[in-house]
Amino acid sequence: MAAITLIEGVTQALAYEMKRDPSVVVLGEDVGVNGGVFRATQGLSEKFGEWRVFDTPLDETTIAGVTVGLAAQGMKPVCEAQFEGFIYPMMEHICCHAARMRNRTRGRITCPAVFRAPWGGGIHAPEHHSEANEHLFTNVPGLRVVLPSSPARAYGLLLAAIRDPDPVIFFEPKRIYRQYKEEVPDDGEALPLDVCFVLRDGTDITLVTWGAQVKESLEAADALAKDGISAEVIDLATLTPLDFGTIAESIAKTGRCVIVHEAPKTAGFGAEIAARIAEECLYDLLAPVVRVSGWDVHTPLYRLENKQLPSTARVVAAAKQTLAAG
Amino acid sequence: MPIAAKFEIEYLQYLDADGKLVREDLPEFARDTKTMVELYKLMASTRVFDTKSIALQRTGKLGTYASCLGHEATHVGIGSAMKPEDVFAPSYREYGAQLYRGVRPRDVYMYWGGDERGNDYQNEPAKHDFAWSVPIGTQCLHAAGSALAFKIRNEKRVAVCTIGDGGSSKSDFYGAINVAGARDLPLVAAIVNNGWAISVPRRIQSGAKTLAQKGIAAGLACIQVDGNDIIAVRKAMSDAIERARRGEGGSVVECVTYRLGDHTTADDARRYRGKEEVEDAWKKDPLKRLRNWLEAQKAWDQKQEDAWQAQCSEWMDNEVNAYLETHAQPVTAMFDYTFAELPADLARQRDEAIALDKGAH
Ligand SMILES: [Mg+2]
Repeated sequence: MAAITLIEGVTQALAYEMKRDPSVVVLGEDVGVNGGVFRATQGLSEKFGEWRVFDTPLDETTIAGVTVGLAAQGMKPVCEAQFEGFIYPMMEHICCHAARMRNRTRGRITCPAVFRAPWGGGIHAPEHHSEANEHLFTNVPGLRVVLPSSPARAYGLLLAAIRDPDPVIFFEPKRIYRQYKEEVPDDGEALPLDVCFVLRDGTDITLVTWGAQVKESLEAADALAKDGISAEVIDLATLTPLDFGTIAESIAKTGRCVIVHEAPKTAGFGAEIAARIAEECLYDLLAPVVRVSGWDVHTPLYRLENKQLPSTARVVAAAKQTLAAG
Repeated sequence: MPIAAKFEIEYLQYLDADGKLVREDLPEFARDTKTMVELYKLMASTRVFDTKSIALQRTGKLGTYASCLGHEATHVGIGSAMKPEDVFAPSYREYGAQLYRGVRPRDVYMYWGGDERGNDYQNEPAKHDFAWSVPIGTQCLHAAGSALAFKIRNEKRVAVCTIGDGGSSKSDFYGAINVAGARDLPLVAAIVNNGWAISVPRRIQSGAKTLAQKGIAAGLACIQVDGNDIIAVRKAMSDAIERARRGEGGSVVECVTYRLGDHTTADDARRYRGKEEVEDAWKKDPLKRLRNWLEAQKAWDQKQEDAWQAQCSEWMDNEVNAYLETHAQPVTAMFDYTFAELPADLARQRDEAIALDKGAH
């Protein structure tokens, strides 16, 4: 068993499921011979042919709408928006059709589709290639929003997403696509959706995060440990539907919480976590909840992008502020 | 059975791949050697600029860059057919057209170098043009909206947009030509068909025999031209633009050219297209054919070529240096253009960002 990167986890899951289930098809721009601009679909076209690894014309509306049609006919489409910044034309089909198909037909037609997209900043990419826009989808009923942060979770969660009977937005943090390798057995074992992952146990403070910010949050936990502070790190992995129980359990233990995310602060998904904590965990809190996030500005071009992305230092400072508060 | 309607698409070419005239009815501008030399010079300088850009990227001084290699005749032809008062809505590699309209090479470097100031064109007429549009095809609708504004205000101006062969698949493109046809808007959509949309070849982008004919469905005037022949591009674009200016409606002009380079510096075209195809395309090089034609008329020679190359090189070196001397904007720049006036809530975040930034230094 070879060690693989996060993006190879994506490729491995697609290949496994396409072999196991002939109704799985991949579609998007440059997913065929080119293997995707990040190589997520590398080798699939050779293995499964041009009809199951389908290069679409250059139109995101086409990709998303065709995906809905495929899914409604019993196929299992996994479509790709080449970058998260190009997903907006897909939103009509995702929001008005994919997400509500089951509900509006009282279950007669369903939409078991996966909408994949590389997500987030930090790779010095051009304009519209570095957005964090998961919060635009977490408010849509009937959608699962998944953001893996390790090779194993990319593999296991993508398998689960494809097998799930409802539509899933599957954002892949491109900054950590090739951050490190780990051994991921190609055994077709899916990981559970709707479950958060506790990546590090701690007793003094809870760091809640997802996507590429898992990296900064774990680094912050290391730094805090040097000062004798024990931080628990939770990777949401599936943002909606949310496994709030895992967060509540952690806060019952620590009494403190810092939420870390890349997207702008206002109405980012951190706001939802903070609201749930206020509703359900207020009496467990020893200090106000703090969010470390992007500012309420457009993702800057890359000369300034590191001023927008939360740094490890900001997470550590926020944790210490929380600890000092009570 | 009676025919409800019948259509055909004309193909326009003056200079063949070797630079020989294939028709005698040269347009007025092409009979003027001075004009043609000026066009050649801009095409040549665009190529020098492009070569420098790629070198900058390869040495880590520029981010991802979209090359315009091979598109020089199409781009300069489009730019030179426009009047200053017209509005240009480009995608992201039409530098030849933009340099003609006053965009500076350093602006291009700034944009691909990760700095929003690259979008802040300083010189007229580019100053009133749209900035680059990376979301494919979206600029077509902005051009259609501009054309509607001209129509409402009764201005004799034309909006010109460019899209790729891939871009012509986008709903935005279809929407733009549709509204232009429905309301006779002064819109000219130039399809720069360079054969490839990253890795997807023209033949699976659309089942249509020509991309120009998409305009027929929208009720526009349509023509396909040899996009490596600047005389054909400029003539077809001028005709389309002046027709629109006269209030006779919009056009689709398909310029058939070839992307001699990778899609961007982040792409490797060897993964999906053969060497022979690219070698064949080089035989149709737009620069070479114009130079052959000019030389045959004794309007250009090796000495002038060498002098111009040297001059371009110096020009681009100055532009590169101007770019490299810039520093990243202060952290406040992220906030200051979000709204006309900074809202109080955002001002608090701005203060926090300034404090953090000071702490980091
Ligand atoms: Mg193209």
